[in-house]
Amino acid sequence: MREVAIIGFAQTRSVRREVERDEVELVQQVVAEALAQAGLKRGEAGFTCSGSCDFLTGRPFSFVGALDAIGAWPPVEESHVEMDGAFALYEAWVRLQHGDLDTALVYAFGKSSPGDLRRVLTAQLDPYVVAPLGPDALALAALQTRAVLDAGLATERELAVIAAMARGRALDNPFAQVRGRFDPDTLLEAPYLLEPLRKHDCPPISDGAAAIVLAVGDAARRACARPAWIRGIDHRIEPQSLGARDLTRSVSTTLAAQKAGVGDGPIEVAELHAPFTAQQVVLTRALGLGLTTSINPSGGPLAANPMMVAGLLRLGEAARRIHSGEAQRVLAHATSGPCLQQNLVAVLEAG
Amino acid sequence: MSAPVTELRTPLKLDFTVTAGVQLSRFLTALLEGRIVGARCAVCARVYVPPRGACPTCAVPVVEPLLEIPDTGTVTTFCVVNIPFEGQKLVPPYVCATVLLDGADVPIFHLVGGVTPADVRVGLRVKARWLPVDARTPSLTCIEFFEPTGEPDAAPETIAGHI
Repeated sequence: MREVAIIGFAQTRSVRREVERDEVELVQQVVAEALAQAGLKRGEAGFTCSGSCDFLTGRPFSFVGALDAIGAWPPVEESHVEMDGAFALYEAWVRLQHGDLDTALVYAFGKSSPGDLRRVLTAQLDPYVVAPLGPDALALAALQTRAVLDAGLATERELAVIAAMARGRALDNPFAQVRGRFDPDTLLEAPYLLEPLRKHDCPPISDGAAAIVLAVGDAARRACARPAWIRGIDHRIEPQSLGARDLTRSVSTTLAAQKAGVGDGPIEVAELHAPFTAQQVVLTRALGLGLTTSINPSGGPLAANPMMVAGLLRLGEAARRIHSGEAQRVLAHATSGPCLQQNLVAVLEAG
Repeated sequence: MSAPVTELRTPLKLDFTVTAGVQLSRFLTALLEGRIVGARCAVCARVYVPPRGACPTCAVPVVEPLLEIPDTGTVTTFCVVNIPFEGQKLVPPYVCATVLLDGADVPIFHLVGGVTPADVRVGLRVKARWLPVDARTPSLTCIEFFEPTGEPDAAPETIAGHI
């Protein structure tokens, strides 16, 4: 395996409604910033891969338009996933393993504000037996939360504590959207949004973009004082049918974590892509994380959740802890689909 | 044995409110006033109409200065639409064309009118025919079509990079 590291990371501030800038304008900013961090000029990244979703923009092939932001002339080697940018990063990592290229640019963008996000996500469900029933994103998350509560894995108050902690920690994250000091007991006084979900159990609806630059071996060492080396990365998927799954567990996460070597050493920081509070409970258990691991010091998706970006943000935020010298070994997790259907786990290390 | 299911209808309707973006918004606002604006890429010096969030070659915002572009230009290529189709707004035959506005480096796509299709040709000099102010909405439909100016055809070298 070639050694691959995250050497650049940039993100926009997450906002509820970005009314001025379009997708290209969001992407242009973060791509330019991430490339500059990595000491690369436009067109110098060996490979480019992006993650986005046409259902969010309401336009077919919106990712092609976004290519303006990277300067795709003369032609560049480029790919795209209709998924979170974290999975684009996985493709870029695989591409770098081919051995002929040393750098890759990964970016993701997602504006949820143009449409009705709950209905947009419904349109992405299995079109034969699930989507016609019309369960929206909150309804599916409510099912999973109910299962977690009924299994005794958490109480509603413990979920409120997760939300309060996330939004409190986000005070240190200038890019986060929902930040502040919240008292869990006060949060519990709020009415149900969709029982058993209260508003604090749900992520904000966000617009945003992020970019990451990967580099191999010496190219990474030359460009970055403390590269965040990807020591393990793997992703696994659950059965498509929700009825075939135990929603209180995430077998795919556990398997991806094993393949990524999570258990080979202590994890200081874990950035988990858990948009709903109960999902953080499921993931923490699936990953076997203990009290010594700081979970989502950025605030995580409960503080900022740009669709198709929030998973890539986990990789960027985790890498940032390595870049800054705060941590030696961190974990990043990303998810895609309803109720944590597909899960990616990466272990990043310093030195 | 029951009949096989051969069709499943799952109607889907989603509404979107699209943001035009900073640069395109300036372009659309100008159209309402009967003006066309573009901008020059600070790196490659190409003039884009409309101005763009990013130059697709240089990946930098094409922002300043905002340039006033004349509403005259040259047909760089065209096609005559003879075939009716669902949702068609014009009665065939009519002419779609790319028009390189004077001073711009990238052509725009529009209609050519006020001329029989047989007389449309590459190099034809044209000028915008604007809708009345109160009929305009923020889109390129502010221009009804481009019509011949009567000038001699443009020299081939003036549109050489656009054919």
